Amino acid sequence: MAESKTERLLQVVLCLTQGGRYVTKDQLREVVPDYAGCPSTDAFERMFERDKNELRELGIPLETGPAGVVDDDPGYRIDRDAYALPELDLTRDEMTAVALAARVWREQAPAAAASRALLKLQADGVDVDAASLPAIEPRLSGGESAFEPLTLAVATRRPVRFAYRGPRDEEARLRHLEPWGVVSLRGRWYVVGHDRDRAAERVFRLSRIVGEVALDGAPGSYTVPAGTDVRARVGAFDAQRPTSTARLRVAPGAGHGLRRRGRPHGSGDLLAVDYVDTQALAEEVASYGAVVVVEDPPELRAAVVERLRAALDAAGAGA
Amino acid sequence: MATASDQLTRLLSLLPWLRAHQGVTKAEAAAAFGITVDQLERDLRLAFTCELPGRPEVFIDIDYLDSDRVKVIDPAGIERPLRLRVDEAVALLVGLRALAAVPGLQDRAALDSALAKLEDAAGQAGLTVDGQPGPAATSPARIATAAAVRQALAEHRRLRLRYWVPSRDEVTERVVDPARVVTVDDTAYLEGYCHASEAVRTFRLDRVVQAQVLDEPATEPPLSRGEPTAYHPSPDDTLVVMDLRPEARWVPEYYACETVEERPDGSLRASLRMADPRLAVRLALRLGGAVRVIEPSIVVEKVREAARDALSAYGVSYTDNGG
Repeated sequence: MAESKTERLLQVVLCLTQGGRYVTKDQLREVVPDYAGCPSTDAFERMFERDKNELRELGIPLETGPAGVVDDDPGYRIDRDAYALPELDLTRDEMTAVALAARVWREQAPAAAASRALLKLQADGVDVDAASLPAIEPRLSGGESAFEPLTLAVATRRPVRFAYRGPRDEEARLRHLEPWGVVSLRGRWYVVGHDRDRAAERVFRLSRIVGEVALDGAPGSYTVPAGTDVRARVGAFDAQRPTSTARLRVAPGAGHGLRRRGRPHGSGDLLAVDYVDTQALAEEVASYGAVVVVEDPPELRAAVVERLRAALDAAGAGA
Repeated sequence: MATASDQLTRLLSLLPWLRAHQGVTKAEAAAAFGITVDQLERDLRLAFTCELPGRPEVFIDIDYLDSDRVKVIDPAGIERPLRLRVDEAVALLVGLRALAAVPGLQDRAALDSALAKLEDAAGQAGLTVDGQPGPAATSPARIATAAAVRQALAEHRRLRLRYWVPSRDEVTERVVDPARVVTVDDTAYLEGYCHASEAVRTFRLDRVVQAQVLDEPATEPPLSRGEPTAYHPSPDDTLVVMDLRPEARWVPEYYACETVEERPDGSLRASLRMADPRLAVRLALRLGGAVRVIEPSIVVEKVREAARDALSAYGVSYTDNGG
């Protein structure tokens, strides 16, 4: 059953790729045995309609156009240029990187898509031996099933909905988004777009999406504001450049986490550390206790002292 | 269930792949496509016997019947694979970006050029998977660590690590037989057999202070196939109970807790097993009051001590606090 259908679809593909000519439905009916065997024109038309849709879903670019000078009947053909993967000329080292990259997926659907893609790329004749790949396994922290629907939604301008659990949310809430772009920044993945519930631009981290991303509107339902640089939007949301420098006194053999980021300041145990957020650095410094002490600036010093006092209070200072 | 679409998709990839691998054995081809040799032969038969009545010149000619090797003589126009579909392009691009997020582990030039070529191919599908270039410039120490780990993995050699343990703020020395590196987002973990603890351990590369490749060969350590976790609690560890105010609610997401319960005042009561209770002390100091250690009392006393010592280092006496 399935095999005879595969054969029919393959016959249609072969027929429509030959010579770049448009082929009419009637001509197809003569050449493809399953079509010829249809009891009525209606039955043939229905079968051909289903096959056409199926081929298009597989990504096969079926075009319509004039089949002849006299004949008004439109014809079909497969555009070879739109069909074929261009030669990418991947080198062996590039292919190694791609083969490693294909290992990122834990979920079955994207893992299968990655292996199909690899086999297509290997039609250029560049192979990598799985045994020779470095023992590196890239992973995502989550949100695997969100990538495909989101990128598809961006490409076709379709709104989406998904449940999202922000870092401060106790429970996931349903969000409605017109996505503008999917962006990676330092290994983390974000989608930026227009949040329909909040009527404002928002950035969401893919690993915090809970469950499926559903398409939620027709293609072309919205436009991305002209001149939007999605990378810059996410960058502004995520990355801040260090603006201040702290001077810390660090006891010998201690404070390794800070030593790795900072640089020696003058002689002795002084360390200079660049930072953005006073409270964030105060947290870190406080966690070391007496072995790391802020010399400067005063507001950082005050923030650390405040934390230590609160910790002492919580532990029962007077006991 | 294999459908006609699946089989057709496979055939349209298989013919160009076989052409690029002329004379490949059936077993190799079947393995590459994740199918049985039997299924491969069915696919080939279907392609070979596919005819267009009235167009005898159009047929796929494959030599596969007389040996266990396959040769495509005429693919009848199916020379090239179909373009990458959206899901396929995304699957590779996301993976490449994941590799690029951790510098030093991969040949950077090859990674960048592979990304550029695939983005080009994906762009034709109307697809953009955007990304900042990965963090190229990190500290020389981290680049040296990554290079040593790469070399040790490639040459199956032992590593000597100086490794920072944050919960104790100590640098420890270990000899490790490396097994693999797993990257999660922008963090890389080395998994290997640690001779000091006589067990497979996971090390965060950004906590390796120094890595040295030794001359001794690494033995093949047993691989744990699961996700890398930095810490497996042991029943011998201290059970620490603490109350977490809302701003410390993230703690159970980062540390494996035995129990977490909601309390009427909106805080959480969490119990964690810790190999070293100094972690609880550091958390309590770090989150200044948002974390209150309940038991054991020895850990509560340690928090008190550490906070007093630290405050006196700032010249603040705890009696100033007004109780």
